[in-house]
Amino acid sequence: MQQIFNFVIRNKTFLLFLLLLSIALSLTIQSHSYHKSKFINSANILTGGVYGTMNSVDQYFYLKKENDLLVEENRFLREKLLNLPIVKDSTLIDTTYQKSKYRVTTAEVYKNSYSLPNNYLTLNRGKNDSIKEDLGVITSNGIIGIIDNTSKNYSRTLSILNQKSQINAQLKSSNHIGSLTWNGKSPVFVQLEDVSQFAPIKEGDTIITGGESSIFPKGIGIGTIDSFKTDISGDTYTIEVRLFNDMTNLGTVYILENLDRNQIRTLENKSDE
Amino acid sequence: MNNVTGTNIVRFILLLLIQVVICNHINFLGYINPYVYIIFIFLFPVREERLLFLFISFMLGLLVDLFSDSGGVHAAAAVSLAYARPLLLKSSFGMLYEHQSIKFNTTEIGSLLSYITIGTILHHLILFSLEVFNVSEILLILKKTLFASIFTIILSVLLIILFSRNRK
Repeated sequence: MQQIFNFVIRNKTFLLFLLLLSIALSLTIQSHSYHKSKFINSANILTGGVYGTMNSVDQYFYLKKENDLLVEENRFLREKLLNLPIVKDSTLIDTTYQKSKYRVTTAEVYKNSYSLPNNYLTLNRGKNDSIKEDLGVITSNGIIGIIDNTSKNYSRTLSILNQKSQINAQLKSSNHIGSLTWNGKSPVFVQLEDVSQFAPIKEGDTIITGGESSIFPKGIGIGTIDSFKTDISGDTYTIEVRLFNDMTNLGTVYILENLDRNQIRTLENKSDE
Repeated sequence: MNNVTGTNIVRFILLLLIQVVICNHINFLGYINPYVYIIFIFLFPVREERLLFLFISFMLGLLVDLFSDSGGVHAAAAVSLAYARPLLLKSSFGMLYEHQSIKFNTTEIGSLLSYITIGTILHHLILFSLEVFNVSEILLILKKTLFASIFTIILSVLLIILFSRNRK
């Protein structure tokens, strides 16, 4: 017993080093393998507060660009509004039946990274604004990612520039689907994998979100086809998609909540049994 | 003594803030960021308790991780650097370290440079190996280590010289 104590006291520095290193390594491994790293994430009061202060200074430098984006979006929406066909739906008797399907919340990006192998964004909306996990995040140009962690006032978004991200997407010209991933190389390109060999693919075609996931509505823009190649197996395409969004410069984003999500979930779970 | 503790606490907070507010967002040429918070580990008083030193380095790394959503990569790299520091000091400063009389303010610039260079490369190699976490991407790891190290070394040396008193 004496010897054990002696050993511990003699090597206390090394043992503490080993302990701390193993804690750090386990946190690293957990963040690489587990979908949601629970403990070390930037959606908390300390980091949110610091990033909030920083953002309140930083945002003044992007006001002009932000204004341009808003004007462009207003123009687009107004155009849609003016061209809306006037439908008199006579079958609609009960007005409460006509409920909205998506709830939209605006949020500011407090922290954005794009040069790491796994990138996350911190937004200034949290549980207090009824933001939950697995809600979609978009801008007027296209998709950004999915919320994966929330605290009281802040939330963290798994960016599409993250190797753990996987989002259902499809071609605009046909209904061939694939899954959107990122290879960690360039913040301008993402990859659309497992697209059927029979899909009609042309460079410059648009890629949009698919209707299969209950997170994003169908038809939100993602990017255009830059190049494509056949997979090693030979039956599927892997497509390089040039993003509509400039992921390196994000100011205000929209959080989408699908109000029918629980219904869809229950239905899908039922059919699994 | 009290003065030294105060200086180190201020240095800890300042370097952490500089790191997460400015340096993490430089992205020079797309991906190169300096990691200047390791200056704290370089300049920590030599005669202090080593256990405390290891623990503080770990906390510093963990806080940087917290801000940059990177799991525990900075904590692992920082604690390794802290553990290896006596070895680096011995190889760079030799006799001065044996006599426990290093004053970073008055050392030769050559020894200081070699000390910081070796330390930075060690730290960055561990950092990027864990961050990429893929042995087949070894070239990417080495490339990132090289460029980020150059950036960090230049900035660290400049900051240390700039903020050290009574250097001639």
